[in-house]
Amino acid sequence: MRFSVLVETRLRDGVADPQGATIERSLPALGFDGVSGVRVGKAFRFTIESDDEAAARAEVADMCKRFLTNPVIEDATISVESNGPG
Amino acid sequence: MASRVGVVVFPGSNCELDVLEAVRSLGGDAELLWHAQASLGDVDAVVLPGGFAHGDYLRPGAIARFSPVMKAVEAFAAAGGPVIGICNGFQVLCEAGLLPGALQKNGGLKFLCRPVVVRVETATTALTVDVPVGTELRIPINHFEGNYTCEPQTLAELRAADRIVLRYTDNPNGSVDDIAGICSAGRNVVGLMPHPERACHPMLGSTDGAPLLRSLLIRASALVA
Repeated sequence: MRFSVLVETRLRDGVADPQGATIERSLPALGFDGVSGVRVGKAFRFTIESDDEAAARAEVADMCKRFLTNPVIEDATISVESNGPG
Repeated sequence: MASRVGVVVFPGSNCELDVLEAVRSLGGDAELLWHAQASLGDVDAVVLPGGFAHGDYLRPGAIARFSPVMKAVEAFAAAGGPVIGICNGFQVLCEAGLLPGALQKNGGLKFLCRPVVVRVETATTALTVDVPVGTELRIPINHFEGNYTCEPQTLAELRAADRIVLRYTDNPNGSVDDIAGICSAGRNVVGLMPHPERACHPMLGSTDGAPLLRSLLIRASALVA
């Protein structure tokens, strides 16, 4: 089966995010007040061939641990959606 | 026989010739090692130079760690061979797990390119055997991602085992505990953000990098003997 995958990585809680902080400080200048907690991350979209959803998730989790994130400073959330057989 | 330093060239490295020149000016022998080769040949020390290996895509060092040469570098390090990572090379060593922690974006979000002063904190590593503890060296930095960070437990281990090699006297990038360089448990793998190869000739404004690279040559020749 094929699955659509979305992996979002971001700096872990407690790790300073200077990009997020700078964006947050800049928003009021454009009139966007009241914004807080800005965190900058990355998104990866791809499709993967796998026996079932659990196997797809496991493989993507391993991919995140070994490559897509640096676990010292980053976390990932994984979304997996079936594209049906194919 | 002069000790032989292998300088790894990844696509996007840009400090390899500076390292080559600096090592030779100190009486060492040096050669370039292309990242795609699986063997280090007969080198006595390895330097991962600065630059933007593989374009710094994904994260600095994240793709370079999978270059074929890195397996040989890991084996060389495991056997006690001296391995130095400078700037981008430090990032590669952290991504490869040869050194703990990670280098994230500078606290001030600025690309920093200027001389800084670092203090030598331990004289028993591959990079500092010829430099007394407490020596202050003026060496350039040139990085956007040089803000060293690690788990509190890792930091405690680094401190306890005297593995912090260099500290900034005036922290430019937000590094935890003012760390500019650390070493492995075996003290043969050292990563640092400053560029000693850019401070090895009076014409460059400082020769303070020379004692560090000379230490590497001393450690490398010890390996030969």
